[in-house]
Amino acid sequence: MIRGLVRFVDQRTGTAPFLRKTLRYLFPDHWSFLLGEVALYAFVVLVGTGIYLTFFYEDSTAMVVYHGSYVPLQGQEMTHAYRSVLDLSTNVKAGLLIRQTHHWAANVFIAAIVLHLLRIFFTGAYRKPRELTYWIGLTMLLVSLLEGYLGYSLADDLLSGMGLAIGYAVAMSLPFVGANLAALIWDGPFPGSQAFFPRMYIVHVLVIPLLLATLLAVHLALVALKHHTQFRSDPRATERKLVGVPTFPGQAARSLGLFMATAAVLFLLGGLVQINPIWLWGPYHTYSATNGAQPDWYLGWLIGALRIVPGFDLAIGSYTLVPNPFWGGALLPLVFFGFLYLWPFIERRFVTHDYGYHNLLDRPRDAPLRTAIGMAVLTEVFLVFLAGSADRADVFFGLPYVPQVWAYRVLVLVGPVLAALVAYRVCIELQQGECVEHERERAERLARGRA
Amino acid sequence: MGKAKAFLVSALTLLLARHRRPSLPPGERERIVVPEPPKGYDAELLSIWIFLASAACAVAFVVVYVLDRLPAHTQLLGLALGLSFAFFAAGLVVIAKRLIATEELEDDYPEQEHPAEQERIVQVVEESGLTRRRLLLLALGAAGGSLGVALLAPAASLGPVVHLARFYLTPWRRGTRLVDEHGRPLRADEIEEKTFYTAFAEGADKEQLPSSLVVVRLRRDQLDLPSENAGFDADGIVAFSKICTHAGCAIALYRAPQFEPTDPKPALVCPCHYSTFDPATGGTVTYGPAGRKLPMLPLEVDPKGHLRARGNFDGPVGPSWWGVRLKEPTT
Repeated sequence: MIRGLVRFVDQRTGTAPFLRKTLRYLFPDHWSFLLGEVALYAFVVLVGTGIYLTFFYEDSTAMVVYHGSYVPLQGQEMTHAYRSVLDLSTNVKAGLLIRQTHHWAANVFIAAIVLHLLRIFFTGAYRKPRELTYWIGLTMLLVSLLEGYLGYSLADDLLSGMGLAIGYAVAMSLPFVGANLAALIWDGPFPGSQAFFPRMYIVHVLVIPLLLATLLAVHLALVALKHHTQFRSDPRATERKLVGVPTFPGQAARSLGLFMATAAVLFLLGGLVQINPIWLWGPYHTYSATNGAQPDWYLGWLIGALRIVPGFDLAIGSYTLVPNPFWGGALLPLVFFGFLYLWPFIERRFVTHDYGYHNLLDRPRDAPLRTAIGMAVLTEVFLVFLAGSADRADVFFGLPYVPQVWAYRVLVLVGPVLAALVAYRVCIELQQGECVEHERERAERLARGRA
Repeated sequence: MGKAKAFLVSALTLLLARHRRPSLPPGERERIVVPEPPKGYDAELLSIWIFLASAACAVAFVVVYVLDRLPAHTQLLGLALGLSFAFFAAGLVVIAKRLIATEELEDDYPEQEHPAEQERIVQVVEESGLTRRRLLLLALGAAGGSLGVALLAPAASLGPVVHLARFYLTPWRRGTRLVDEHGRPLRADEIEEKTFYTAFAEGADKEQLPSSLVVVRLRRDQLDLPSENAGFDADGIVAFSKICTHAGCAIALYRAPQFEPTDPKPALVCPCHYSTFDPATGGTVTYGPAGRKLPMLPLEVDPKGHLRARGNFDGPVGPSWWGVRLKEPTT
């Protein structure tokens, strides 16, 4: 039967040589190489659950009075969009499971991408010949942040509405074109016309997923064309020789197992751990807001940045030029992603002067300067992220808000420098420790030889 | 001579056949995949049990789905489906770890580059003769670029890109009544101290940013309005746009002093980024990232005791933009 199937495929596509090669394509074995796969499998779950959700979602912001089964909201004015998500959560069998799984999958998807990025960065996997793969991966992260933001905004609950208002303010704050751009996107001043939600919807369910799928395909194709990078731990692994497990049967069983495990975690989270209970937030109105609002984790750094930037607009006389939300909401992510995009150039031009080919990975200690700079950037983003939770720390731990904000303003300047120094020192110590270890081993071998 | 030749041939044969395995018995072929480890039987039984458990959980999912009115329906569904996936994963792990031998193979990395092929591509392009016709290429670029811009032009239909006057529009004019969420006019004598009220322009769309107000009552001795806002209050009642000038959230917190004089002064606070405005001084920023004051609306009380606007806001409503004038908005 297998022979028949293979013959059928080969006779019609002529791909037997290619398929045979693919079956024995080698995957180097290290747990950190699976982070990208987790992201891929979360994406699969996102597409599956997302398609289901589209069958129940209404993208209209026309107002209705709610008379549904959730008693606390009866008689309230809300949009069709919010009501459809509410009905999906309260009335549709398995609707809440799928919605929560979708939301969890989005959080895990971006978390896996970020961890994958950290692995790529700190091991120098982005170096020649894999810069294109790296840039496409970065672009996917950027697009995923927007996709997640649009996704939870579609529910039109109080929390996401506040998020949209902030997004609008950041768009408005862009130099020269802010108001024009916002008018274009929202079809007029916030909250925009009836056209806005359908726009957001089609971008969330069609435009960006297609873009992501395309980028993903190119990303994976590039990985396969240049083969995986590998650590030096296996003595057979060199710049020319790749050591790994073949696609079939070894890697296929593991990878499929990882897919099943990812799906298991996501569905267990979706069923057992509540996420975004929009019936508690209530419907959004431009004139309502709630205290203690926090976005999904991957936008936490932006709310932190918006909060700790000192309150000033760039203004000349009675004209405002650059309003405040620009600094934290647009400039910070711009600088951050700009740094990541340019890093391969910066490193080879100013740090290593290394223009060579690399199939072998560095350990973080092997490139102390890269590790130090990476740790500085990571610390900066993490501190800004933490600053976003200062109000919660006030409520839960009684730490007064205003001094916290001042502390963070100092920390974001000092913290990265300290982190870089410590990381650099640790790398050097580790290297020296290894040298000592090698010396000791050689001495022992010699002594044994003499005995 | 003959001896030397025979020696060379045998040496060559030996060298070439170095990696050949001993010949296989007839009917068998050379293996590609490393044979599975010998302890396969237990592992096979284990993975079979695990896959059966996965199937059982999948069936349980359908049963739970069909059975209505179960308590904790979502949790049971998630548990069943999640465990089904989890068992499936466990079964595959057993297969990968115990039934399949770990093959650690070697393979060459692909060539770094193909200089000869590169050269041929360059040659093909050059020999086509197109690259030498500079003017033609320029015209081609001009046509392509213009066409691209032309195709982008219809995007301007998405919104009023150039009509920014709309950002200054408000529904307020002299005499507009303040109404509550249900459209009932607000009376001056029902506005109490130490709490805040949300009000709207009568007849306006409540969702438009300039429609909503936050209204508080301050005592005369608390009030300290600057000269340009002199007389904006109605017997100590002051009204501001409810939309924060920082990021467009609603001013939904009012910090009214409970224990004077030790408590801080009354403050209007936006819960998004904690921009804080002082209602007593005309909405000036006292803390947080907001770059300009909260727009204030002049109030008056009509003969029936209802609150009315006595004009428009003293500044544009909502988040700022490049070139926004701190002038009075239009109606």
